[in-house]
Amino acid sequence: MKKQVSRRGFVLGTTALATLSVPAIVGAQPAAVKVGLIHPVTGFVAYNGQQSRLGGTMAIEDVNKAGGIKSMGGTKLEALLGDSQSKVEVGVAEVEKMNEQGVAAYIGCFQSPVGIAASQAASKYNTPFLIDVGASDLIVNRGLKNVFRLKPGFGVCVDDGIASLGALNKAAGGIAKSAVIVHESGEFGTGTAKLLQGKLPSIGIEAKELIAHDNPTRNFDNIALRIRSLAPDIIMMSNYGNEYMLLARTLYQQKVNVAGFYSILGGGFNYKFVKEMPDVSQYMMDVNHWYNPKSAKAVALKKRVEDGGALFTFEVYLTYTNVMLLADALERAASADKEKLLAALSSSTFKAELMPYGPTKFVNGQNQGAKPGVMQSLKGDIEVIAPEEFASAKAVFPRPKLT
Amino acid sequence: MLDPGIILAGVLNGFLAGGIYVLVAVGLTLIYGVLHIINFAHGSLLMLAMYAVFYLWRLVGIDPYVALPLVIAGAFVFGFVLYRLLIGRLSHGRDENILLITLGLSIVIDNAALLFFGGDTQTIDVPYAGSFVELGAAFLPLPKIISFGASLLLCAVLGLYIAKSDTGKAIRAVAKERQGARLVGIDVDNIFAVSYGIGIACLGAAACLLMPTYYVTPSSGHAFVLVAFTIVVLGGMGSFVGAAIGGFIIGITEALGGLLLGEQLGQIGISLIFIVILLLKPTGLFGSKA
Repeated sequence: MKKQVSRRGFVLGTTALATLSVPAIVGAQPAAVKVGLIHPVTGFVAYNGQQSRLGGTMAIEDVNKAGGIKSMGGTKLEALLGDSQSKVEVGVAEVEKMNEQGVAAYIGCFQSPVGIAASQAASKYNTPFLIDVGASDLIVNRGLKNVFRLKPGFGVCVDDGIASLGALNKAAGGIAKSAVIVHESGEFGTGTAKLLQGKLPSIGIEAKELIAHDNPTRNFDNIALRIRSLAPDIIMMSNYGNEYMLLARTLYQQKVNVAGFYSILGGGFNYKFVKEMPDVSQYMMDVNHWYNPKSAKAVALKKRVEDGGALFTFEVYLTYTNVMLLADALERAASADKEKLLAALSSSTFKAELMPYGPTKFVNGQNQGAKPGVMQSLKGDIEVIAPEEFASAKAVFPRPKLT
Repeated sequence: MLDPGIILAGVLNGFLAGGIYVLVAVGLTLIYGVLHIINFAHGSLLMLAMYAVFYLWRLVGIDPYVALPLVIAGAFVFGFVLYRLLIGRLSHGRDENILLITLGLSIVIDNAALLFFGGDTQTIDVPYAGSFVELGAAFLPLPKIISFGASLLLCAVLGLYIAKSDTGKAIRAVAKERQGARLVGIDVDNIFAVSYGIGIACLGAAACLLMPTYYVTPSSGHAFVLVAFTIVVLGGMGSFVGAAIGGFIIGITEALGGLLLGEQLGQIGISLIFIVILLLKPTGLFGSKA
């Protein structure tokens, strides 16, 4: 005979069960390790910040699903989400706020100036700060023991970019003899441009002029005209997403003919740009962070991100990888104690599977194996053209003339 | 020394950019002239209009220029209703309240846009984006020429409407003396809403003309509003003709400053010309004393 359970009985029963079992569950569950994710999810680089946050929260979810930090009895990670609003002072305020909440480590901040100030603030508390995106080498050159950067800085990107450009130019008979560098006026763009200016002569290219622009810039017509009057062989760009895209579009509309567009950490060079503007982006090259296309995990994550309706941009996989780096350090430290965690990060040999880096080795907080890739937009897609072991296509240089 | 051909190209580009500035500034100056307030929500409403243009293109396939009448009408209705239901009601007839309400609106709209549209950069790639007209050393992009022409035409039509129509006369009467206008039977509150609606309709037009060459993000409207404020003060607050001429002055100054002094230092030109004109004529080029 079937026994009926009344609605009231069901509610009473489940409430009693829940009430009785909560203390047991709470008692068994170790306190979560708080991870501060500080990114600009509002303001002029909001998209990049949102992408970083996406990667970070996905990674935390994955760590927790896999059983948490096993050496700490399955301790889960808990994300503390901070918005730097694309402003330095707000980034610092987020550090202070999260410190009050008992954060174990920070990950951020996309913009170099925010990362510099925020990690400085975190150093007061000896709290580890993992720089997921932030190109300035000043970040790791201040002697702060709490700062770690897995990805390459603009110094390495410039060195590798210059070497690849030199090889391309040599293969093309050395046709490029001059360049104009267009950069955003902040720490990232200015620092990169100055490094480029100093190193271009080593491959037989003269930097004719450095043109700085603000964020945001409404109109790039003047810069396009200025470039046309200088008639360089190569245009080098180093700027954030919106300005990168607008500049590229203006140069195309103004029919600026050069042998090549070659950006270092071009913020707007991504799948969206090349798919939505295939004519504008065609043959443009960029030295940037790129996932390892031969990694099954990277390909699977790409699919997961794209299935969710987002783009698999470098912010996503860099922040994802940084959370995994932190989880690995926690696992080895078996504690969220700051000293132990800093020691575990300093001696880390973490294998960043998504990235083409090799085992991690931090020297003064900078991962020595970090390498950028060189990409080119070809027929509405992005192909890796260097380094050779990851290349998926042969570079087209010089580019055919615009008519 | 720059080639004269490049300088001429810079001047032409400045004219084309000025055309858009004029449209944004005309809306702002009209709202100021009638309501005597600075519309702090101007940039956010421009951004909303740009998203409307983007989604009309993305979802329905309507070209931004074809969408012009639709977006202008929609923006007018939106502005009118916004004033009637929110700004007018909450202000209780006090100008300073309107100022605060528009500031609050701006914050709400920006954050709502971020929530609903995301922070991603959205662009429209029209088939004629790469077309251009060659004029000496200048390559003038076709979308910018179309925008310039359409902007001038719309300003002229609006000017005629304000000068000749009954509503236009009522707007001018309210701008001049709202108490007197009320005494002769003009529904002042309605004229406030109509003027606000027309100001936002100008933004709708500017959004259609901008999108083929620009992009939209939740913060992109503000890039144009600061320059529009400068134009409004330069031309004389509330002056229609002043906004039009001021727009071209700023467009050309920006272009030549950028060419001769570099993109960053070139912005000084705008501030310099602004200061000089205000020193010589504190009410702006076409402004009159209150």
